[in-house]
Amino acid sequence: MNITVRYFANMRDRMGRAEETVLIEGDSVTVKDLWGKVSAQQAMPDSLLIAVNMEYTDSGRVLKNGDEVAFFPPVTGG
Amino acid sequence: MKVILRQGCFDPYQETLAYEAKNLPAGKHGASVTFVGTMRDFNDGHNVASMFLEHYPGMTERHIEAVCKEAAEKWDVLDALVLHRYGDISISEPIVLVAVWSAHRSHAFDACRYIINYLKERAPFWKCESTQQGKRWVEHNTEDPGVNSKGVKQTA
Repeated sequence: MNITVRYFANMRDRMGRAEETVLIEGDSVTVKDLWGKVSAQQAMPDSLLIAVNMEYTDSGRVLKNGDEVAFFPPVTGG
Repeated sequence: MKVILRQGCFDPYQETLAYEAKNLPAGKHGASVTFVGTMRDFNDGHNVASMFLEHYPGMTERHIEAVCKEAAEKWDVLDALVLHRYGDISISEPIVLVAVWSAHRSHAFDACRYIINYLKERAPFWKCESTQQGKRWVEHNTEDPGVNSKGVKQTA
């Protein structure tokens, strides 16, 4: 399945890219599995926030084809 | 209720008056409370020269709208306006405006406080400050004394 992955703020700097489409195969693929693939199996930062289709979620979320996953640091607006 | 994200400086008080004139029926609101967040020239012990504010288009609007809806469910809100900048921001310029209209002041105060506190907690914005030491991403918002982890003002 194809997943759109977006990175914001210092996560974009760290990953060296703002967005990519990732082809990942398997049943019950989670956000954690996706992170392992895009980060070359680096540990997930403790403060990392995750959104799937623009809603906050956690690393155990099971993905489906066409999902948009975003990785970003704690938010600092206002 | 309206949520606007945009680049460029704005006058929060003119925006409030213009929105009120256009959207609030005469004689129904007895209170309007506005919060204006303004850019400081200091943060975390550093002098800050300017700032770039990044956001996640689509998700940001969705979460601010959700916070406004929650506030309207908790208190008697007649209307609310949230205007938040993104892009380059200079010292002393407004970053965000939250304006709430209600029949009575307590509802307007509480709803306005709820919206700005939860906006800061949930809306995906990220500040990148320019300092004498270079650019740096702000890792967390400064805590507001008197506000607990749920963004609720302590009265005791």
